[in-house]
Amino acid sequence: MKRFLTIPIALLLLGVSGTPKLTPRQRADHALNRLAFGARPGDVDRVMAEGVDAWINRQLHPESIADRGVDARLDQYATLKMSDAQIFSKYYAPILAARKAKKEGESDEEMRRRIPFDQRPQHVVAELNAQRIIRAADSDRQLNEVMVDFWMNHFNVFAGKGLDRVLLTSYERDTIRPRIWGNFEDLLIATAKSPAMLFYLDNARSRSGALNENYAREIMELHTLGVDGGYTQQDVTELARVFTGWTIDRPRQGGGFVFRPMLHDNAPKVVLGIRFPAGGGMNEGERMIHFLAHHPKTAHHLALQLCQRLVADDPPKALVDRVAKRFLDSGGDLRQTVKAVIDSAEFWDPKFYRAKVKSPFEYAVSALRAIGARVDDPLPLARELQKMGEPLYGAQPPTGYSDKADAWINEGAMLNRMNFALTLAANKMPGVRVDEQSAASLDIGVDMPKAASTPGLILGSPEFQRQ
Amino acid sequence: MINRRIFLNSSGLALVAGGLLPNVFVKMAGAATTKGKKTLVAVFQRGAVDGLNVIVPYAEKAYYDARPNIAVARNDVLELDGFFGAHPSLASLMPYFKDKSLAVVHAVGSPDSTRSHFDAQDFMESGTPGVKSTEDGFLARAISNTHDQAASPLRAVALSPAMPRILSGSGSAVAMTNIAQFGVRGGAQVSAAFEAMYGKQSFEAANLLKSADPTKLQPENGAQYPPNPLGNSLKQIAQLIKSNVGLEVAFTDVGGWDTHAGEGGAQGQLANNLRNFSDAIAAFTRDLGSRMGDVVLVTMSEFGRTVRENGNRGTDHGHANVMLAIGGGVKGGKVYGRWPGLGAEHLFEGRDVAVTTDFRDVFGELLTKQLGVAALKSVFPGYEAGPSKWRGLIA
Repeated sequence: MKRFLTIPIALLLLGVSGTPKLTPRQRADHALNRLAFGARPGDVDRVMAEGVDAWINRQLHPESIADRGVDARLDQYATLKMSDAQIFSKYYAPILAARKAKKEGESDEEMRRRIPFDQRPQHVVAELNAQRIIRAADSDRQLNEVMVDFWMNHFNVFAGKGLDRVLLTSYERDTIRPRIWGNFEDLLIATAKSPAMLFYLDNARSRSGALNENYAREIMELHTLGVDGGYTQQDVTELARVFTGWTIDRPRQGGGFVFRPMLHDNAPKVVLGIRFPAGGGMNEGERMIHFLAHHPKTAHHLALQLCQRLVADDPPKALVDRVAKRFLDSGGDLRQTVKAVIDSAEFWDPKFYRAKVKSPFEYAVSALRAIGARVDDPLPLARELQKMGEPLYGAQPPTGYSDKADAWINEGAMLNRMNFALTLAANKMPGVRVDEQSAASLDIGVDMPKAASTPGLILGSPEFQRQ
Repeated sequence: MINRRIFLNSSGLALVAGGLLPNVFVKMAGAATTKGKKTLVAVFQRGAVDGLNVIVPYAEKAYYDARPNIAVARNDVLELDGFFGAHPSLASLMPYFKDKSLAVVHAVGSPDSTRSHFDAQDFMESGTPGVKSTEDGFLARAISNTHDQAASPLRAVALSPAMPRILSGSGSAVAMTNIAQFGVRGGAQVSAAFEAMYGKQSFEAANLLKSADPTKLQPENGAQYPPNPLGNSLKQIAQLIKSNVGLEVAFTDVGGWDTHAGEGGAQGQLANNLRNFSDAIAAFTRDLGSRMGDVVLVTMSEFGRTVRENGNRGTDHGHANVMLAIGGGVKGGKVYGRWPGLGAEHLFEGRDVAVTTDFRDVFGELLTKQLGVAALKSVFPGYEAGPSKWRGLIA
């Protein structure tokens, strides 16, 4: 079956050194690999000079890091600052108008072609892609971008589903980004009330007498308790009844969350043993979110996922338990929880150094950084991510993308990585500039096989697939 | 009645001499039969094709009552069985219905009631209607199920820019849009360097493609692929089959079916799309000639469309739909499935064609009989899949 995994991955998974402890240089490199999108030329020296612990502490407080260079570059993307209502009137209304004016016999494609590209919903998603790539590649708040990627994936919303293509801008900017260093309950309730999630998992159209269980299932299975969280189908149905009435105000004009008592199921309910008498309202859902956010199963599920992202595909159980305990003890403090992972002995264990296979996004961005590339137009890169199997905002199922190597390693995907490396190193990637000199002095900080004799081969090597 | 089929018959002369075959078969009759692996080709019509206007229940008055502007008139349909007729745009496929290599399954679909394209496609590709968290696709599970050491690195190919949901998670499927460009670009030295680093076995599919060089194979038997994306994909799938690279499952998709407005009847938007669609499949069938004996091509779409036309002379999202199966073992020339009727009392939720055949039963039969999948339970978890529910459309 997984033929690509047989030898190459065995090779990929072998740690580089057998030493009992990482050297100071390896520690800096490791921090840049796991808590950032890889090192740029000179980064390892800079982090060593600052001190790895001091650098990490700064990264854990992104609000203290000025990011003016990136902020200035993002000014060109007007939709990033627009409200949902503004985005809808500019990028969704033209579709509605075109549909109305559609001519007899005209195909949908022909109809859409009449709308200029910069007024289509795709334009909004394109700008969103652009900011994620620019921020990941060049932001000084690197750990923040790593965690944005983690939480956007945890609370995945797919841009290909109807209105979500015009709702994701506010979702990332207003729902996710401001809350990833705060309390998990705040993040959970913000996603529950976000139009993007309400639409994506259909809660917006669930109502008393016409239940849609989609969100009720996924909030337990994916967002909180985990698939083995101990809930039953009956709990799913009852929770769906709890969330009836949680919907979107004027969904085709970019309205926000609204609770509609008329749509709410007023009968008594029992969810996971919690009783709600008849006549309750929105407070039922808020109470369930509070309960789920602080549940031990949730702590374990989140701890496992964080450790998979930051440490190893199959992280040590003792580490997961410790991180889960910190989550519970801190009342769901996400900064404390991430810090528990980074502070652990396991995080710095040499057996995990350069041992985790990069996702396509991590791979592409780390290649840009390693070779000191300057990104003028991120859209060709966004298309490369699609080829490698990880289009941003493009995960269809609510599970999001996997953090495990076997999801990413197949022959076609690896060929795309190699071709990406060759194209980038040859300065032939559209929208990206690579300086010949910095390419020639490319050094990824580990011993390379003899065959890796050019910058393209170095970036395409098994060594550079690992972080 | 013509019940002998060219796919299974390498000595086609008798058929030709009998004068029973339409002209298109004359050249195919001489084609050599190359026994190879059996292949299943799935074509996904994304956007929900209007099955009622593809295979028209022309004998139902309710059909015409519900569609005053976009129905296909009885004298426009291509006769199938005295009750159903095919849309005139399917003309290029009719010879295969007549020679019984093309079967139709009507009122087929997913039991889940969602009318969201996204959810319905997701459910159909994961093979688990109603269950969102299934990570892999059912064709991926099917090929894992038939795993053997000798399996080709090209056993499962998606003609698609990214790995589609239906083949995700197997680890052994590959996705490509152009089989000529699947490989490391940059010359022999670069390839050798990567092989030195990763090992030769990491490039099996690319190397196999390179040595088999399928793109040198021209369409045979006078097949002319229409110049559209589906034609291009099917042409490449045919090249892979003919070059004996061990292809077992191929997948591709084609959009443009979401006809909410200006759908048209015998002519118009849907008619144009359907012509492109059937001409591509007909060219594929003709190109493969006798080799079709080892191949079944099946079509699928996430749900059907409303029985009643809407205010924009189109149709909205519905429920059951139609699937076509063409190829070797297909017992064609027949419309399969129990027809639920279009009378108000028979409609699903009062508006749509009811599902009387679960799509998993069509695929269950195909996967078992065509690919030798033994454990359907692991392909369709949670579903009581088994021969008792099959329609018997494969010999």
